[in-house]
Amino acid sequence: MLEPFFLRAVVAGLALAVVAAPLGCFVIWQRMAYFGETVAQASLIGVALSLALRLDITFGVIVIAVAVAFLLLWFSRQQVVAVDSILGLLHHAALATGVIAVSMLKGPPVDLVGFLFGDVFAVTTSDIAWIMVGGAAVLGAVAWLWQPLLRLAVHEDLAAAEGIDHRRVRAIFTILLAVTIAVAMKIVGVLLVMAFLVVPAVAARPFAGTPERMVLLTAILAGAGVLLGLSLSATIDAPGGPAVVIVMSIAAALSLTAASVMRRP
Amino acid sequence: MADRDVRAAAAAAKARSPEDGHDHGASCSPSCAAHAHEGSLGAIDRTALVSARGLGFQRNGRDLLDGIDLDIRKREIVMLIGPNGAGKTMLVRLLLGLETPDRGEVWRREGLRIGYVPQRFDVDSVIPMTVERFLRLGGDASLARIETILDEVGAGRTRHQQLSQLSGGELQRVVLARALLRDPDLLVLDEPVQGVDYTGEAELYNLIARLRDKRGFGVLLVSHDLHIVMARSDRVVCLNRHVCCSGVPETVAQHPAYARLFGAEAARAFAVYRLHHDHSHDIAGAARSADETAASAQGAPKGNERA
Repeated sequence: MLEPFFLRAVVAGLALAVVAAPLGCFVIWQRMAYFGETVAQASLIGVALSLALRLDITFGVIVIAVAVAFLLLWFSRQQVVAVDSILGLLHHAALATGVIAVSMLKGPPVDLVGFLFGDVFAVTTSDIAWIMVGGAAVLGAVAWLWQPLLRLAVHEDLAAAEGIDHRRVRAIFTILLAVTIAVAMKIVGVLLVMAFLVVPAVAARPFAGTPERMVLLTAILAGAGVLLGLSLSATIDAPGGPAVVIVMSIAAALSLTAASVMRRP
Repeated sequence: MADRDVRAAAAAAKARSPEDGHDHGASCSPSCAAHAHEGSLGAIDRTALVSARGLGFQRNGRDLLDGIDLDIRKREIVMLIGPNGAGKTMLVRLLLGLETPDRGEVWRREGLRIGYVPQRFDVDSVIPMTVERFLRLGGDASLARIETILDEVGAGRTRHQQLSQLSGGELQRVVLARALLRDPDLLVLDEPVQGVDYTGEAELYNLIARLRDKRGFGVLLVSHDLHIVMARSDRVVCLNRHVCCSGVPETVAQHPAYARLFGAEAARAFAVYRLHHDHSHDIAGAARSADETAASAQGAPKGNERA
């Protein structure tokens, strides 16, 4: 069972679980799940672009994801329509554009399903290198900005009045989120990448009393989800990414059930 | 107490309409409902903590604020009052740098440390946060200091609770504690008595005045409660899109512009909290708590007839 491809999948999945944990927590603290979803689905355009221009796919996806994220930030400055309505509209548009772009590519057929749902068992050593390097950079930046990020998440105006440069911190966070999405996309696909970030954080929330503990618990739950999900996938011969997401979702459902039961007198 | 800008504004008001001039510290523009401007205070005052000149702010083509001049100095308690929709919170946001004015200039002293208690502090239960952790987020405060300040604002019991479990009044005190922990040069409180009961209101004003005496920070206090003005404020500024009157509390209430702005009834009902004396002139509208009898029994200002 411990074939090299399986081992590579485990290493990549675990590394990603750790990197995604703080990002996932901030995404739910700041209610940015839909934002991330839109960036993720737009990254399919990045895939098409990279294939057309013969660029490294991860690099192309990062560029597109960052660009789309900043476009969304800019959109959200208008105050006429609620941001979630715009995002609800745009993420379909982004996905449609991406699918068309990929289908229009000339040359060998592209594994669209692989990009949509991820192909964790096809992870190469170079993918793992991307995850390690990109992940370390993201984690380093999050650690460096932890305090201001947290202050902004708790109350933006208060943090800004106290002298936090909220525009700069938010811009950096947006880049970190886009990079994480681009790197994780390889494993769980554009449709499931936000689940990989958000679901473990949701599962951790009822059992965390401080933000730091929530991140730690999220990382542990995500890691366990990767191990269990990949084992499940190998046992019943199911696709890896969806199996991981299913296991995480079951954990979240159990956790929320427990939280509801505990609240009842 | 009648500081420079009050005198300057008073002089300007006098120049425009002699019968409206007051020598005892209050200055009011002749007509508040119409668009009248205070006489300009001249250049930015760089001895102040915050100095604003000619501030204007528009939204959707409508003036929310126009021609605002304001200085807040060290050790000074400035109370900003005005009816709902007068632009008080927007003015605070401009002074804090949370919004950019369309016209005019805001100057803040270099390295000014601000303690801010926003009007609404909506706690998102999605982020797990104990009171203690929240207080440490504002700066590197020691646990002993956190305990002292929490006791001082009367929220000592909340220390290990989650923010999302606090009542409105407790939360307000915790946010005030965070502002104080930062050792601010300027304390900005936007409607700090919301969600605080009647006794709590007097206590809160008292605490702010006491801390100001001890630490010497400047205070900007916002209230929509026209009838209650803290006796210890050095200056009251009435706002209705522009500065209508400003001056010491006792005189502002007697001013015609105040009556025009808030109605004759309100002018009569104007109450000044005498925090160290056991009486006030509150007549109506101040009561908001059912525990009024209890409040009176504890020596809080009396005289509410609305219960």
